[in-house]
Amino acid sequence: MAITEPPKIVTARIGHDDSHTLERYLATGGYEGLRKALAMTPEAVAAEVDAASLLGRGGAGFPAGRKWSMLRKAPVTYLVVNGDESEPATFKDHMLVERDPHQLVEGVVIAAYALQVSRVFIFLRGEFALGLERVQAALNDAYAHGALGRDIFGSGFSVDVVLHPGAGAYICGEETALLESLEGKRGFPRIKPPYFPAAIGLYGAPTVVNNVETMSNLPWILVHGGAAFAALGGGRSTGTRLFALAGHVNNPGVYELQMVTTTFDDLINAPVLGGGIPHGRQLKAFIPGGVSAPWFGPDQIDLPLGQDEVAEAGSMLGSGSVVVMDDHTCAVRAAWRITKFFSRESCGQCTPCREGSGWLERIMERIERGQGREEDLDLLLDACDNIAPGLTWPPQQTTICVLGPSIPSSIHSAITMFRDEFLVHIKEGGCPYD
Amino acid sequence: MTDPTPVAPPRRAAAAAPAPTHLSGDILARARQLIALYPEPRSALVPLCHLAQEQDGWLTPEAMVDIAGLVGVTPTEVLGTASFYDMLHTEPVGTYVVAVCTNIACLLGGAAELLEHAEASLGIGSGGTTPDGTVTLEEAECLADCDRPPCVQVNHRYVGAQTPDSFDRLIAELRSGARSADIPPHGTLVRVRRANGLSVDPDEVARERAAEAEARAAREAAAPSDGGGA
Repeated sequence: MAITEPPKIVTARIGHDDSHTLERYLATGGYEGLRKALAMTPEAVAAEVDAASLLGRGGAGFPAGRKWSMLRKAPVTYLVVNGDESEPATFKDHMLVERDPHQLVEGVVIAAYALQVSRVFIFLRGEFALGLERVQAALNDAYAHGALGRDIFGSGFSVDVVLHPGAGAYICGEETALLESLEGKRGFPRIKPPYFPAAIGLYGAPTVVNNVETMSNLPWILVHGGAAFAALGGGRSTGTRLFALAGHVNNPGVYELQMVTTTFDDLINAPVLGGGIPHGRQLKAFIPGGVSAPWFGPDQIDLPLGQDEVAEAGSMLGSGSVVVMDDHTCAVRAAWRITKFFSRESCGQCTPCREGSGWLERIMERIERGQGREEDLDLLLDACDNIAPGLTWPPQQTTICVLGPSIPSSIHSAITMFRDEFLVHIKEGGCPYD
Repeated sequence: MTDPTPVAPPRRAAAAAPAPTHLSGDILARARQLIALYPEPRSALVPLCHLAQEQDGWLTPEAMVDIAGLVGVTPTEVLGTASFYDMLHTEPVGTYVVAVCTNIACLLGGAAELLEHAEASLGIGSGGTTPDGTVTLEEAECLADCDRPPCVQVNHRYVGAQTPDSFDRLIAELRSGARSADIPPHGTLVRVRRANGLSVDPDEVARERAAEAEARAAREAAAPSDGGGA
């Protein structure tokens, strides 16, 4: 296997201890992308991002340029940055806000200019205490440096950026729930349509919501051009992407890799990346894109890290987090823990999700604890089917937001791939891995 | 007959609300600065709850009354909103809220065993507070530090992967005050304050935007687009 070393687009400064400071940022080309943008028309900046074919890095993978073009003619807009990173095993935005907050701020100002927005809110996960401090310090420095506020770099363009701390709720990563939360309410996802906040967003006004990593790509795209970005990766998955690797690997961490040209095998096993599975154990399964994604087995390890490629294989690249489970992992326990997460984080608006997640969690628990019955497998799948009819991929939806149809993924995968393991739990009255 | 024109409900005037009696001094001043950053005062509700926790360590009923008055909602609406969020504690918590993540990546890294040890070592269940009021233990969902499992946060500050032994040392350090420099008491979330208010006047923005729209229309009239693309 050959790992082509991609240009570091969003992690270039991460190796420096002072990567979060304005001094380091300016010494490494910081705010050059913004200066370039301000010398262009807003339309030309948006066209550059369109040319990059940058897919949103939050989880849904919607083209960022298209999100913007929906809004470009609207009279009043807000830009909201989604930094509520809470998808289990996803920790890339955590790194970006702590280690390179100025890159985020520069990306935000570039986007604000392209969209001609005068007020931006960065919604950051409340649990990121250090990240909140680093981003606030970066905002303060950027104002003082003239990169933010009134008449930025003498261009005549002005924008304010407000940092907004969340308060602990997975659902606020869903963009309409995030907007509700930003309005000072419970984080209840809004009923669709409208499907995009571009139509009715914050305070009912047209709003663009973009992820932290998406914004952090913009300075590089402006300096090097959208075409240079689009030349990396392959197919619809252009550029590099941050992959958060966790679980049973020797070197867990965040890796910036070219999309498509790198495979899951590279990420998990290459000595310079994941470094393989510890203790000489074997791969049992891996989750390719956050716990909402269906699992893959060892036979799918050669799949490329591409959005469409993973979707065609029946799962999703999602939030870019890969969880590796070795052959000593109990599939029932893993799926139970993921289900417990959804049960805790369901906002409670929709019956299939609110009730279904709790039922599923309790059935999974009793199987793991050795009190399951053989008919529980059908019961689990039946309850899953009530949340996401047909158990297809992509899933059907009976709920306001996609949290609901995300619940069955782990259970359906575990039963499909490891049915015998469930039966052993039930027949032997306990977990064989205990 | 009802008036066919939809009328927005009147915004509660801030002046009509009783003056804050519980939030005080610097906290109250910062609360007012925060409200000024948002187009609608209610948007500051959650940040104000964080501030109240900074003052009291948790979100007291008295603070919720003040917050309600400051952002123009009822105290019940503050409680109804705050109770949705894990970080807002409407009952007292310890000086240090110790969160042990047991979600999937940490589970694979021994988190369930660590939580079991923590409960035994502290003599409390998850969600409980030690009798001396020092430590509240929480079983947390993913805290986004998955390459250092099992992940532990104290007052939302990462303390790195913990073993049972290192966990006990951590608790001893918290109790002795050895970590008070890097870990403030529960409630203090962001120690870096915003250095300035807003610099862009909304009315001026509206005028600029109108001028920009006019200029864009003129540009488009001069060079009509081909109509292609989304």
